Amino acid sequence: MIVPWGETRLVQGNEAVALGAVAAGIEFFAGYPITPSTEIAELLAKYMPLLGTKWIQMEDEIASISALIGARLAGAKSMTATSGPGFSLMQEGLGYACMAEVPLVLVNVMRGGPSTGLPTQVAQGDIMQARWGTHGDHPVIALAPSNVRECFEMTIRAFNLSEQFRTPVILLPDEIIGHMRERITFPAEGDLYVEPKPVPDVPVEWYEHYHVTASNVSPMACIGSGYRFHVTGLTHDVHGFPTRKEKEVIGKMNRLKHKITRRLDELEDVRMHDVEENPVTIFAYGSVYRSALAAQAMLKKRKKKVGVFRPVTLWPFPDRTVKEELDSKEVILVPELNQGQLIHEVERMTSDSVRVVPLHRIDGYEITPEEIVNAVLEVM
Amino acid sequence: MPAPLPYEYKYLRSKKKFPHVWCPGCGIGIVMGSIIRAVDSLSWEKDNIVMVSGIGCTSRMPVYVDFNTIHTTHGRALAFGTGVKMANPSLNIMAVMGDGDALAIGGNHIIHAARRNINITAIIVNNDNYGMTGGQFSPVTPEGAKTATTPYGMIEPGFDVCNLMEGAGAPFVARGTVYHIVELDRILTRAFRKKGFSVVEVLAPCPTNFGRANRLGGPVEMMKLLKENTINISQAKAMKPEDAHGKIVRGVFVDKVSISYEERYDKLCEKAGNLAGASR
Repeated sequence: MIVPWGETRLVQGNEAVALGAVAAGIEFFAGYPITPSTEIAELLAKYMPLLGTKWIQMEDEIASISALIGARLAGAKSMTATSGPGFSLMQEGLGYACMAEVPLVLVNVMRGGPSTGLPTQVAQGDIMQARWGTHGDHPVIALAPSNVRECFEMTIRAFNLSEQFRTPVILLPDEIIGHMRERITFPAEGDLYVEPKPVPDVPVEWYEHYHVTASNVSPMACIGSGYRFHVTGLTHDVHGFPTRKEKEVIGKMNRLKHKITRRLDELEDVRMHDVEENPVTIFAYGSVYRSALAAQAMLKKRKKKVGVFRPVTLWPFPDRTVKEELDSKEVILVPELNQGQLIHEVERMTSDSVRVVPLHRIDGYEITPEEIVNAVLEVM
Repeated sequence: MPAPLPYEYKYLRSKKKFPHVWCPGCGIGIVMGSIIRAVDSLSWEKDNIVMVSGIGCTSRMPVYVDFNTIHTTHGRALAFGTGVKMANPSLNIMAVMGDGDALAIGGNHIIHAARRNINITAIIVNNDNYGMTGGQFSPVTPEGAKTATTPYGMIEPGFDVCNLMEGAGAPFVARGTVYHIVELDRILTRAFRKKGFSVVEVLAPCPTNFGRANRLGGPVEMMKLLKENTINISQAKAMKPEDAHGKIVRGVFVDKVSISYEERYDKLCEKAGNLAGASR
C-alpha cells in the first residue's frame, strides 16, 4: 500500500502531491527533472511501476506535456510536475489541452524567476503565467495549497476538476510548500471523492467528441474504445474537425469560456478569518497565507484586529466574493512573493476608496509574520 | 448498378473531408494511399490504429483517414504518440510528419524516440522544404537550393535522415519515394510489422514551392527526377562508387532484432514488484 490511509506521518509537500496523485488514480506520469519539483517525479518513479502504471522521463518539458495529452486521449489519468522554466516550455501543450479539452494535472512548484532565476528558492512569480501563459483566450483552473495536507487533497481535487471540466488543472504550490515537512493524518481510504473518467453513453455512430451540453462539457471517449474521432489544435467543430465557419468558431470559443464562467460556484474556494468585522484585511495565498495567519494572531495580542482573506482557487479569480467581502474595507494588504501579480485582480474588484497596499519580497525568502505586522501597523 | 468503390474508401473519411488541402502534383496523397494499402495488407482493425501528426502539409493527413487521429502541435507527433502507446500498448501507432516537422522542431523528439525504441512507425515525407508556410528551407534542403528563406542558395549542409536514425538507435530504417510505389507499399508494411521504433523516409515532390523555386519543372518532371536520381540498395551495391555518386539510395538500411520500450517497461514493473515483495 503506497498511500498510508488513516495513518499519521511526517510528510513533505512534494511527497504529498505524489501520494495524492496515486490516491486520485494516476495512470501516466511524464516529466523532466527540474528543481524544486523533482521529488514528485522521483517518488512516482518508485511507486508507479509497483502499481503497473506508466511513468516516463521525457527529453524535455514540451515532450512531457505532449505525452500527457496523448496518454489521456488513450484513457490514462495523467499528471506532470515542473517549475518556472519548465512551465514556460509547457505552455504550448497547455494551450493544446485547453483547445482539445483534454483533462490533465500540471504541478508547478514555483521558484524565483525570470529565466533560471533562483532555482532553489521560493517565489510566487508564475501566477499570471498560469493565467495567460499560453496564447489566445483560454480557460484556466489553478489551485494554490498552503500546507502539506492540502498538497495531498488538492492534487486529488485537481484530478477531479480536470475530469469534471475536461480541461487541464494547474496546481501551484510555492517552493516552501513543496519542500516543507508537516505531520499529517491521511484520511481513511474511500473518504475522499475520486472522479471517475467519464464514459460516453451514446452509440459509436452518434458520438460527437465535443458534444454541446448544458454544462458545456461532454463525456470524452478514449482512443481504443471503439469510438474513433479526430483531435486537433485547430479550431474545430463538434466532431473535432477543423472549421473556419463563423458560427462554429464562435460556438467553440464561447463554450470554452462558459464551461468555467458559468460554473464558478463549483470552482470558487476561499478562506476568510474575521474578514467581515474588521476594516483591514490581509489578502494572501500559498506560503504567505501561513505568515498572514501568524501576523493576525500577533496583532491580536497587541489589540489590533485584522481579517485574513485567502483565495485557494486562484483561477478563476473569486471576483464576486472579493467584491462582496472586500469592497467595503479601508485597507487591503496584499503580501506576495513577487513584484505584484494577484494584487491587480484585487484592485480590479475593489473601488478607488479602498486602499490596496502591496508588500513584495523577491529575494527568495519567505515573507515573515513580522514583516506583515509592520506593514499592517504602518497602514492602520 | 454503380461500380463498387475501391477498397481504399473503407479507410477514408470520404463523405465530408474531401477535397484535401494538397496542391496538384504533391506527393503526400500518394504516401497516404501507400499507408492505406499497407494497413489493409496487415488486416489491422481501424479501431486499433492511431495516426498522429505534427503541423504542416503532411500533418494534415489524419483528417482524411478513418483511424483514431491526432493532429498535434508542430514537431510533437512522436511525443504525443509516446503517451498514447504507453497508455495503451495494444494500439498500432504511426506518426506522419514532414521533414521540417520531424527533423527541425521535432529533432529532439525523434532521436529520443529512436533511442528509447518505442513501438511507433515514423513516416517522414521529405519534400525538401516547408510547404505550408510557403517554401522555406528545412534541415534536409540540399546545399545550394533556393527557397523562400535562401534566396541566394542554401549554405547549411542537410541531414542524411537514415544515417541519423540509425545512429540514434532505430532498429528499422528505410527510404522510399512516391514514384517507386510498389516498393514503398512493401517498405511500409515491413515498418508497421516491426516491433520497436521504425522510420521510413519518403522522398516526395513539392512542385508548388521547391520545384518552382529551383526550376525543376512540374509534377511530371519532378516525378522523373525521383526515378532518375535514386537507386535501390542492390543496384548501389552492384555499381562502381563513381557511378553511384550523387544518387540517393532507396531500400531498407537497418532491420535488426530489438527489445521495445514497452517490453522493457513491463519487465521493470515485474522487477519492482519482486524487489518490493522481497523487502517485505
